[in-house]
Amino acid sequence: MSLNRTFSVLGWRRPGMANAALLGLPALWFAALYLAAIGALLVTSFWTVDDLSGNLIPGFSFTNFQQLLSVPVYTHIALRTIGIAAAVTITDVILAWPVAYAMIRLAGPRLRAAMMAAVMVPLWSSYLARVYAWRLILAHNGLLNWALMEIGLPRAHIGYSNWAMWIVFSYLWLPFMILPVAASVERIPPSLLEASADLGERGFSTFRRVMLPMALPGMVAGAIFTFSLTLGDYVTPMLVGGRGSDFIGNVVYSNVGVTNNIPFAAAYAVLPLGVMAVFLLIARKLGAFDAL
Amino acid sequence: MRDDFKRKLAKLALYVSMSLPFAQGAAAAEPLQSIGQGEGVLNMVAWEGYAQPDWVKPFEAATGCMVHAKYAGSSDEMVALMRSGGGDQYDLVSASGDATLRLIYGHDVQPINMALIPAWKNFIPQLQSPAFNTVRGVHYGVSYEWGPNTLLYNTKVFPTAPTSWSVIYDPAYKGKITVPDNPIQIADAALYLSKKDPSLGITDPYELNQTQMDAVVALLKAQSKLIKKYWALASDEIQLFTSGDAVVGAAWPYQTNTLQAAKVPVAETIPQEGATGWADTWMISAKAPHPNCAYEWINWVTTPKVQAEQAIYFGETPANTLACKEMDKQQPGSCEQYHANAPSSYFDQIKFWKTPRKDCGNGKDDCLDYSAWQREWQIIKG
Repeated sequence: MSLNRTFSVLGWRRPGMANAALLGLPALWFAALYLAAIGALLVTSFWTVDDLSGNLIPGFSFTNFQQLLSVPVYTHIALRTIGIAAAVTITDVILAWPVAYAMIRLAGPRLRAAMMAAVMVPLWSSYLARVYAWRLILAHNGLLNWALMEIGLPRAHIGYSNWAMWIVFSYLWLPFMILPVAASVERIPPSLLEASADLGERGFSTFRRVMLPMALPGMVAGAIFTFSLTLGDYVTPMLVGGRGSDFIGNVVYSNVGVTNNIPFAAAYAVLPLGVMAVFLLIARKLGAFDAL
Repeated sequence: MRDDFKRKLAKLALYVSMSLPFAQGAAAAEPLQSIGQGEGVLNMVAWEGYAQPDWVKPFEAATGCMVHAKYAGSSDEMVALMRSGGGDQYDLVSASGDATLRLIYGHDVQPINMALIPAWKNFIPQLQSPAFNTVRGVHYGVSYEWGPNTLLYNTKVFPTAPTSWSVIYDPAYKGKITVPDNPIQIADAALYLSKKDPSLGITDPYELNQTQMDAVVALLKAQSKLIKKYWALASDEIQLFTSGDAVVGAAWPYQTNTLQAAKVPVAETIPQEGATGWADTWMISAKAPHPNCAYEWINWVTTPKVQAEQAIYFGETPANTLACKEMDKQQPGSCEQYHANAPSSYFDQIKFWKTPRKDCGNGKDDCLDYSAWQREWQIIKG
């Protein structure tokens, strides 16, 4: 009996072993790299740093968390981060719907493929190249202001501001919203829309009462991407943000790479972890994971 | 009785542990006695523009030490990099005066044997054994170059040079001002306030007590509403001035040189309040894997020729007094332009970056240390 055969017989007789063999490596990967890293993060957040020498002092103290709660600026930064992440998510839902609807319901097979490609193509270019491109568009003498001047309007002062961050983030993560929304629109049987029309509902009413609820899991799935990607970003705020544009990620970055206060950075990094945990729980309630 | 003894013991332990870093800092490992065969590799943390091919290529050819440079954007980042991976990742760092003491007291750098650095005796006297790299007679680094933080302005908006730093706090330029994203920027505001409001009693912009800091923070918070962007990299500021998003700001001569070369209408000035500045030091990591190459590098870049090349490229002043002639040879008039022949009074009017510490230097101990500066800076930026 060959070795292959031995294994396949074993796997057939004891399905548990087959599962263990299949999941073993990924599970090890998950436990060692992901859970261990989060565990280390949580442990470090209770440590402190020696001011003079910069050495880490292991221990258990709430100093970092106390400082986070007592200095208002950290609350502001957290609210700014979460607020912009939420605004970007809502913007992307609104922008994704017409694209997804047109792609699935209106376009023929060839146009549909072309639209799909157009949505995906920006993902092929570097994230940094796209952010820098927006920086040039929104700058004082950039494309946007040139166009406004040409049609006789005053300059817009949105370069290097929270508005700029909102625009750039919404652009960056839009494909991640369009794809799941399109997938969930595709899953709605056309017969249901016809039935709705037969029963006298108008177009918008059908959209609101039939399509929207049925596509909700897709929207929430997209929101997981847009929200979490914005929440964890620090490069876009650095490049297109202006004064007072720091995100949680920027504070973490400057405390790790610049100040060498890793425990404080770890403590602050616990916050997005908690926010995402709550977000994912709600998303699961809304059925987002069935849509992925 | 027992408790009392315990308490005394705890106190003693505390004193010993507190004095330990200093004791170790002064009595670290013996410096190198002679420069041996190069190790073939040299890893350094440096400011942008400090490892240019103009002098790196000939160095590699002459010594066989291949240079790998990692650029850092701030002194804080330099300190963090030197400590990363247990401290043996890099051999050398071009630390500014606000990083040097942190590296020395953190045991991150080793003492230098000045007998092996022949150019050292030609340095201007203030940079031979300055307090920011020499502790109790032990040299922990070799001075390199220095210069002022200047006021950069668009000449279309300012036909004549502003005479005061007040322009970067002036609501008239709201949304068109840029300053470095760096806690040490607090010292610039403190210097300005020390002249504008003498009643605060600021004598040294790096030694601020809580009252003085509160006044400086109030000024900087008001300024933050006028800021277009806090720049993190020199190239950020160059872009801001090129696009017209900023018309006035705090800068280094490097930005002015780059912008003027690109025909952007800018100029720089040192206003009447004076300026903060930097004085850089090459320091060797305590655990440097390639110390011979590190010494070779320090000797290479302190020669008059490289000192002059560096000075002209970055727009700063060399430590080696013999570099003046060499500068004029490379670019006529540059010795004068970059103050390489200036009297020491010019050097003394610049308030060089140094690490803020609790010790105020006047017997008092109520000054804010650097971690407090970092906290205040985050609050100012919002």
